[in-house]
Amino acid sequence: MLWMTSNARPVPSQLEEDMKTSILAAGALMTATMAAAQTPVLTVYAGDYFTSEWGPGPVIEKEFEAICACDLQFSVGDLLPRLMLEGTNTEADVVIGLTTDVLARARETGMFAPHGQDLSALTLPVAWPDDIYIPFNWGHTAFIYDETRMAVPPATFDDMRRLPEAVKVVIQDPRTSISGLALVLWVKAVFGDQAGAFWSDLAPHILTVTKDWSESYGLFTSGEADMVLSYTTSPAYHMFAENDLTKKAALFPEGHYFMAETVGKIAATDQPALADQFMAWVLTPAFQSVIPAANWSLPSALSQDQWPEGWATLPLPERVLFLSETEAEAMRAEVIEEWRAALSQ
Amino acid sequence: MARSAVSITGFGVAALVVALTLLPLGAVFLRAGGWPAFGPGDWQAVVFTLQQALLSAIISCGLAVPVARALARRRFWGRRALIVLMGAPFVLPVIVAVLGLVAVFGRAGVVNDALALGGWAPWSIYGAQGVVLAHVFLNLPLAVRMVLLGWQSIPAERLRLGESLGFGPRQVFLHLEGPMLRAVLPGAFVVIFVICLTSFAVALTLGGGPKATTVELAIYQAVRFDFDLGRAGLLAAVQFCLCLSAAGVAWALVRPTPFGAGVDRAMAMNAPGGWRLWGDGLAIGGAALFLLVPLAAVGLRGVPGLAELPGSVWAALGRSLGIALLSMGCAVLAALALSVAVARGVRWAGALDAVALLPLATSGLVLGVGLFVIVQPFVAPARMALAVTIAVNAAMSLPFVYRLLLPEAQAVLADYGRLAQSLGLRGWALWRFLILPRLARPLGFGAGLSAALSMGDLGVIALFAGDRGATLPLVVQRLMGAYRMEQAMGAALLLVAASFALFWAFDAWGRRYAST
Repeated sequence: MLWMTSNARPVPSQLEEDMKTSILAAGALMTATMAAAQTPVLTVYAGDYFTSEWGPGPVIEKEFEAICACDLQFSVGDLLPRLMLEGTNTEADVVIGLTTDVLARARETGMFAPHGQDLSALTLPVAWPDDIYIPFNWGHTAFIYDETRMAVPPATFDDMRRLPEAVKVVIQDPRTSISGLALVLWVKAVFGDQAGAFWSDLAPHILTVTKDWSESYGLFTSGEADMVLSYTTSPAYHMFAENDLTKKAALFPEGHYFMAETVGKIAATDQPALADQFMAWVLTPAFQSVIPAANWSLPSALSQDQWPEGWATLPLPERVLFLSETEAEAMRAEVIEEWRAALSQ
Repeated sequence: MARSAVSITGFGVAALVVALTLLPLGAVFLRAGGWPAFGPGDWQAVVFTLQQALLSAIISCGLAVPVARALARRRFWGRRALIVLMGAPFVLPVIVAVLGLVAVFGRAGVVNDALALGGWAPWSIYGAQGVVLAHVFLNLPLAVRMVLLGWQSIPAERLRLGESLGFGPRQVFLHLEGPMLRAVLPGAFVVIFVICLTSFAVALTLGGGPKATTVELAIYQAVRFDFDLGRAGLLAAVQFCLCLSAAGVAWALVRPTPFGAGVDRAMAMNAPGGWRLWGDGLAIGGAALFLLVPLAAVGLRGVPGLAELPGSVWAALGRSLGIALLSMGCAVLAALALSVAVARGVRWAGALDAVALLPLATSGLVLGVGLFVIVQPFVAPARMALAVTIAVNAAMSLPFVYRLLLPEAQAVLADYGRLAQSLGLRGWALWRFLILPRLARPLGFGAGLSAALSMGDLGVIALFAGDRGATLPLVVQRLMGAYRMEQAMGAALLLVAASFALFWAFDAWGRRYAST
């Protein structure tokens, strides 16, 4: 696919073009034709948050284009539904942002090729023997509280079953949100057969369940809920972007559920060499150092002493829980139903 | 336009609407290739969906009657501004409305603060009561406007006749207001019932947990999370049947108003004093407080974020305005063609009527996915994101505009059709001098509503936003997803203001055009 094809779109999509771009494109058409004809395009499907000006996309695009002699184009939207819909017609060369808990279903599509990369640079707290997907960030689920409103957080996960009466928690729906799904898997990993009982004990403290993470977090920051299901890295946003030290993650000795986002190469790509170059570049410090402050998560291949200033002070849990994708996928329906049944009482 | 031309246009538009609503559903089924089973949770979802929609629609319509009557017969300073402003909740993006309601009725909201001061037990918004509260907040404005249009459509001559016959409020209700409500309320009820039937973010967030699962939530899960097209299609079909049966029941109850034509002399309705004056004051004051205080909370939360809006917000605003205007144009033209064809009683008018309401019963998400499945062999979905969004928005708002236009179109042609015929008023002249001027009020209101609905819709664009296709609701969601709550609330305020400005501009145009 060449850069020029993106200017030959059907009429309705003309809206898509920013004014500025259209004028520039029209004016520079002749000169651009020459240059563009030689510039290969790497199309990267990314999650919705990725390309906003505060997300990691813009920096990654600029830095990669500086070394690849190519045009990196992000195309954002839902990842897995879109890939499954497009099938072999997909324009994607690389897909970035598939989370660990959907990898089994992504793998099942058979659309991805082995990455062929050396993963020895990874600094994850878990082993990563995957030959198709490369993690580019990670974090854990955690309950976040505001210490001005909750002086004594629960010390263990089990203490969540005995919260003071007035404490209200807001969580996400495992049927519609990836963090909600991580929570039910986390509870299952910690409580096993007792997971249903855990949900029954927590039920009176659940203020409400939201469709996705952002609504929950909005309810928490507006003071409506005392605790919110989020990530261990959430306090970093408040620390570094708002200079607010009052938001903390309640760390539990039982362990916290590991989540990573990954990048994978489409088998049918027409730019295999560029795709490989991108996959390798994801593991380099140039890419990894963008992740913390733009993605508010931990870099997957950067030792702690190279993290941006202050990040090493972020309190993290000692124990990490991780279900392999086959375990997670096998118990997905069951744990969601367990959750639904317990909270529907 | 000759009758045959009206009929041909009507059927052309109808064929398009049928294709636009049923083909995508068919495409989804075809692609899925299977018919999945209906789980136990699904039945619970169906029951909850019906219960909350029924309650929400009954309460919205029930409250709308005293409020609309009070607004119809009282004159006070700021009345017109209040009527317009009270329409704003209907165009609020859902998540913003929820946060506004939570600021007032939530745990840390002003109502519970007041209750605590008085030593009373707190009231929780989370549960079925909160879902209904939110749906009434969102839909009461629409119900009030629809019923108010009904009150304004009672010809002054009938009111005067009633007065000269010495009608008291009871007789006015029996002979004038009752028949008018009989004509207007079922339509308002169905529209609100169906809106509540297909809502899910409000239901889930304020419902307090999976008890408050609606069918639309299950569709969302099937499309966006599981990508189980068979399940999405099945659930969409279930929802389709629920909506259609509701519509069927309500249309069976509609009776056209028996008032006949008037000469459009403005006449203030009799405004009885005594306890009725107090009652009207309570209705207007109560509704204004209920609708405007959460709105003010949204404004207050949004203002600080306005100063630091990122640049992408403005491009998204322009894109959203473009989508809203294009969707509105398509919806209004289609609704006009269909309502006039039905009002003129062309052959198969009943079928046209059903077709105009068809999109109301479909799930926008499934419609969008179906359209993508159809275009996907030819064009990359991301390229079509905006075109599909416009098509879906136009289809989804068509029933509203149609429902607003139809009673007026029927009245115009019944009252003036023969006069126009005897004057030889035909073709463009008929539209220019009779139909458009008489329909201006609902046309303006409908256009405003359609534009505002399209503006605030997040819907299907979230699936395939394309490279630079982000709309304003999507930007609000992205800001929230990146911890930037303050900016998100600022962008949301901008979205509300823009939707409301669109709505107000068309509505005002309709009212001005109607009064000249």
